[in-house]
Amino acid sequence: MANEVNENAPANSLDMVPVYIMGKLYYVPPGSTIMGALEYAGYQIKRGAGCREGFCGACATVYRTPDSYKIQYGLACQTVVMPDMYLAQIPFFPAVKKTYDIDELEPNDEVLSNIYPEINRCVGCNTCTKSCPQELDVMDYIQAALRGEIEKVAHLSFDCIMCGLCAARCPAEIVHYNVGILARRLYGKYLVKKGEYLPKRLSELKDGKFDKPMKEIMGLSREELIKRYYDREINFKIA
Amino acid sequence: MYPDYMLESIRMVEKTRPKRLEIAQAGLQIFEPMNEAEREDILTRFHPDYTPDARREIRVGPNKGDNITSKVVDNLEAHSRIDPNKFDLTKPDYDTDVLIIGGGGGGCMAAIWAIKHGANVIISQKLRLGDSNSMMSQGGMQASVNPHDDPIIHYLDVMGGGHFDNKPELVEALTMDASMIADWLQELGVMWDREEDGNLSTKAGGGTSRRRMLSARDYTGADIMRNLRDEVKNHPDKIDVLEFSPAVELILDENGRCAGAVLYNLETEEYFVVRAKATIMSTGGFGRLHIKGFATTNHYGATADGLVMAYRAGAKLLYMDSVQYHPTGAVFPEQILGFLITEKVRGLGGQPVNRNGELFVFPLEPRDVEASNFIRECTEREKGVKTPTGKVGIWLDSPIIDLINGEGTIKNALPAMVRQFHRFDIDITKEPMLVYPTLHYQNGGIEINADGSSTIPGLYAAGEVSGGVHGRNRLMGNSVLDYNVFGRRTGINAAEYAKTVKLGKLTLEHISKYEKEVNGIDIPKNVISPMLLPDYIPPEVRKRQLTKNDEGILF
Ligand SMILES: Cc1cc2nc3c(=O)[nH]c(=O)nc-3n(C[C@H](O)[C@H](O)[C@H](O)COP(=O)(O)OP(=O)(O)OC[C@H]3O[C@@H](n4cnc5c(N)ncnc54)[C@H](O)[C@@H]3O)c2cc1C
Ligand code: FES
Repeated sequence: MANEVNENAPANSLDMVPVYIMGKLYYVPPGSTIMGALEYAGYQIKRGAGCREGFCGACATVYRTPDSYKIQYGLACQTVVMPDMYLAQIPFFPAVKKTYDIDELEPNDEVLSNIYPEINRCVGCNTCTKSCPQELDVMDYIQAALRGEIEKVAHLSFDCIMCGLCAARCPAEIVHYNVGILARRLYGKYLVKKGEYLPKRLSELKDGKFDKPMKEIMGLSREELIKRYYDREINFKIA
Repeated sequence: MYPDYMLESIRMVEKTRPKRLEIAQAGLQIFEPMNEAEREDILTRFHPDYTPDARREIRVGPNKGDNITSKVVDNLEAHSRIDPNKFDLTKPDYDTDVLIIGGGGGGCMAAIWAIKHGANVIISQKLRLGDSNSMMSQGGMQASVNPHDDPIIHYLDVMGGGHFDNKPELVEALTMDASMIADWLQELGVMWDREEDGNLSTKAGGGTSRRRMLSARDYTGADIMRNLRDEVKNHPDKIDVLEFSPAVELILDENGRCAGAVLYNLETEEYFVVRAKATIMSTGGFGRLHIKGFATTNHYGATADGLVMAYRAGAKLLYMDSVQYHPTGAVFPEQILGFLITEKVRGLGGQPVNRNGELFVFPLEPRDVEASNFIRECTEREKGVKTPTGKVGIWLDSPIIDLINGEGTIKNALPAMVRQFHRFDIDITKEPMLVYPTLHYQNGGIEINADGSSTIPGLYAAGEVSGGVHGRNRLMGNSVLDYNVFGRRTGINAAEYAKTVKLGKLTLEHISKYEKEVNGIDIPKNVISPMLLPDYIPPEVRKRQLTKNDEGILF
């Protein structure tokens, strides 16, 4: 009944693909991800795997192919192997993370460059953008951070999975993703326009509006509860 | 890119789309939600939990005699990784107020609240901080923030979804705390999706009767987790994070209280003793056990470690006979087999259709009911689509979303989905996705009370590792809510408890005792747990790894 899996047994093991893992040659099935290839070769991954679905950034990878002088970047869990690929993972990268009290910060033009002054060293080389596996406009958001545009940084960096490839490659030693999270926190907390419903609900809760009905429904017998459940109104139209 | 014969089936989906669109736009349903008897029937005939080998009786420990998911029993009826006699417990390597095992969403939330209540904290984390199921949730978090909704209606939905087996006081905590949590997260910096007027956007979810799903595009979990992690890292003086140092056993004191844990440094392979006045288990779920051979949506570390440790120490488990299969796991392309396609796709109007393009079920049933319908369509009715490698699935018609809600909706609301399929040359704004149920969530777990305490004094549990909140079937959006609500509660209560407790002499006697039980049922010596890391190395290679240690693996 299940679609049986062996996590790393790719579809068609016709012609095996040669890859060089940290310089050593292995043959792996075509269609493997880099992560799958490592495991197929016999590695028990400790560092370098998290979600395995492109959400956590644990598996930052650099590789080269024979036809090019270029270093390429990707997520090991998302990148499919190519013949004669040379690959390695970046298991850990020492990056600056400043500490702050978000409740005390002011969301002004200077806050980002006060906390992370190294963003002033950005030389506009665009290496960060080129190395981003999420294809974000990383340099643009660092430039926006320099101008103090918190909202813009928040939106441009929103899909960041904090894999660290940008920071690993930056000649100015900026840790872009930490600038991004700071901007998003400031934006979400201070700058976004908030509505009336939530505060109203919080004050209703505080006034105990739901305490009695809650006790009442908790006191129902199983049969009564089942009846209420199947009789309940389903309405997705109104807020 | 889909092969030609699959494209032919897609043409059929396109052919039926205008009619389905018309009906959806009129606010009508082709299929109404199933009633109680229909639900019962489809579950017993098609849900994987009901197949004969799905469960077996456990022969050791506090739940002895209960029927439990077989793969979980395999992990519980196993030897410890450690020899208790080799530890000098009088000289702990670390001493703290609160030890938190598992640094995902629940663990980070607990840490933040424990330090607010004056505790010093150690987080034992198997991978990097935040690399967890929490990072991956896409769809959202339920909170009854809207005027025409409230915690009572939410309560009713949760109970019905869980087949009325949920512990009422846990559901009360979940639904009554929800709005406060939504607000607290917004003050932390979470960028909830909003309407023009600033109110929180709300979406429908399977088994809900109101629009109640808060989201942050389809990176909801990532946004919450990034915020929580950043906040934990803002307090290095009070929270000591030990990465790649999973816990492998709990330590008790002579009076039966939980008193810390033994940790294992994955890199140096050393073991360490942590003494803690209170311990919070937040190790998450069990998807990487690949129950019944299913692919999973879960992260690499979801190996049921917390269940095993707590069980050996005497904690009772609840509802470990039920497994959640998410209806919509990717089936094609093969590289993303099991990858979660968020329920939000159906929340936005996406429809499951068979190979002839026919809708066959109400799209937003509770997950177990929806998944069982998909399995019936592919098995008994044989109306699934086969992939080139022989897997089978049904179509999830995503392009209809833009037709219902306007061009650009998919791109905006589901960027992670779009990106994921785009990597394999599939444009989900134009083409449907092929899906089949995938192993997703541990419905049951360590039995807890409303304050997060377990049956062992001093041991708390929060999040997916705990049991009782969701009965036998969790609804979408309630588990992100769960780890926040109970992460906070355990953090506060463990910190307060730590202020009063006086620990006695530490002991690992319970391990020796459990070991005797396991020996009594003749379990081979090489069967050990917790698993820590799954093993994806091919058997031929394993055979040559003659001196390989048991880092991660078993069986
Ligand atoms: C792909 C996906 C999508 C989801 N979408 C939604 C959604 O939209 N809405 C919703 O409500 N829920 C959703 N869920 C469920 C929800 O995300 C999880 O149930 C929830 O995040 C669990 O939180 P947790 O803190 O309990 O566990 P996790 O977040 O999994 O954290 C547990 C942590 O403990 C670590 N750990 C494990 N063993 C040990 C050990 N021995 N020692 C130390 N550390 C250990 C793990 O590596 C992990 O980092 C989704 C889940 C997945 C996988
Ligand atoms: S393992 Fe999480 S992004 Fe690859």
